[in-house]
Amino acid sequence: MYFDAIAKVVADRTGCDVSAVKPESTFTELGIDSLDTVELLMNLEDELNIEIELDQPVATVGDLDKFIQSKQG
Amino acid sequence: MLNGKVALVTGGSRGIGAAIVKKFAALGADVAVVYAGNEEAARKVCEECIAAWGVRARAYRCDVSSFSQTRELVAAVKADFGTVNILVNNAGITRDGLLAMMKEEAFDSVLDTNLKGAFNMIRHCTPLFLRSRGGCVINISSVSGLMGNAGQCNYAASKAGLVGLTKSVARELAPKGIRCNAIAPGFIRTDMTEQLENNPLMSTIPLGTMGEPEDVAEAAAYLACAKYVTGEVLRVDGGIAM
Ligand SMILES: NC(=O)c1ccc[n+]([C@@H]2O[C@H](COP(=O)([O-])OP(=O)(O)OC[C@H]3O[C@@H](n4cnc5c(N)ncnc54)[C@H](OP(=O)(O)O)[C@@H]3O)[C@@H](O)[C@H]2O)c1
Repeated sequence: MYFDAIAKVVADRTGCDVSAVKPESTFTELGIDSLDTVELLMNLEDELNIEIELDQPVATVGDLDKFIQSKQG
Repeated sequence: MLNGKVALVTGGSRGIGAAIVKKFAALGADVAVVYAGNEEAARKVCEECIAAWGVRARAYRCDVSSFSQTRELVAAVKADFGTVNILVNNAGITRDGLLAMMKEEAFDSVLDTNLKGAFNMIRHCTPLFLRSRGGCVINISSVSGLMGNAGQCNYAASKAGLVGLTKSVARELAPKGIRCNAIAPGFIRTDMTEQLENNPLMSTIPLGTMGEPEDVAEAAAYLACAKYVTGEVLRVDGGIAM
């Protein structure tokens, strides 16, 4: 589960409240475009001390969480 | 002018790339010099930059045609310099020959180094650009890619491909403050053009002579600083392709 870390990075980035970030929130409605998610992932790498390469678009916070879980095995 | 910037130049060990590295270092940039095999030449360029301009400089061996090697390269440069602000895709090769006799391998290797190499580098540097909210890519194309050239179907295709890559990247990343331009040199005096000195094409250069690597470096320095210029292909060719 990387949801909490993602929510924190999203909140830092957009200035919204962490509690406003839900698994089903789309990045678009959070005001984050698809290129921003690449940058977001870099911030997450630092936060979590892991390395992940985003090689497909992800629509929601939950999707990104699942994507990272799949890459981390 | 480029103080505090980190410039990564592929093929920075010799010729045009080495001139670009030195120009950028003279303008204050830290430089990551990428070479394919000529470690000594790359190291010499770095030492010169450190001694003459007091910048940080380091050489990296990498085959730009390899997706995985370029990924590791960018990670290493990030670890050493913190980020990349300016990427110059200059590494390039020729394998000239008539199309009717060209081996598949000659076509593939030129496309892999000249065109895919640039994609690989941009692909791995873009996350760094996005993170620093800006960046600058300069692709070294060629007038061969603009005009075509008998005996260079592979090379011209790779260099024309770089023009399409440049304009697409420029459009895709402009909203993020990342610029992408190309330079199309004509005949420049380097190892690559050593045997061309007496080529009949030379007499068709309006300005009458071959260019020097420093002429291309001048254009690269302009593009590195030209904050309102993106998607441009700048000819540095003595007028040959106008
Ligand atoms: N010279 C001209 O008239 C002219 C005209 C138009 C365009 N251009 C373009 O300008 C660029 C530079 O040309 P140049 O004349 O300076 O060439 P050059 O003197 O032959 O130098 C080529 C450079 O590219 C590096 N390189 C080659 N293959 C590589 C690979 N797979 N991975 C990483 N680095 C690689 C070489 O490294 P090593 O030193 O380790 O071998 C060297 O630093 C090329 O893209 C060329 O197509 C040149």
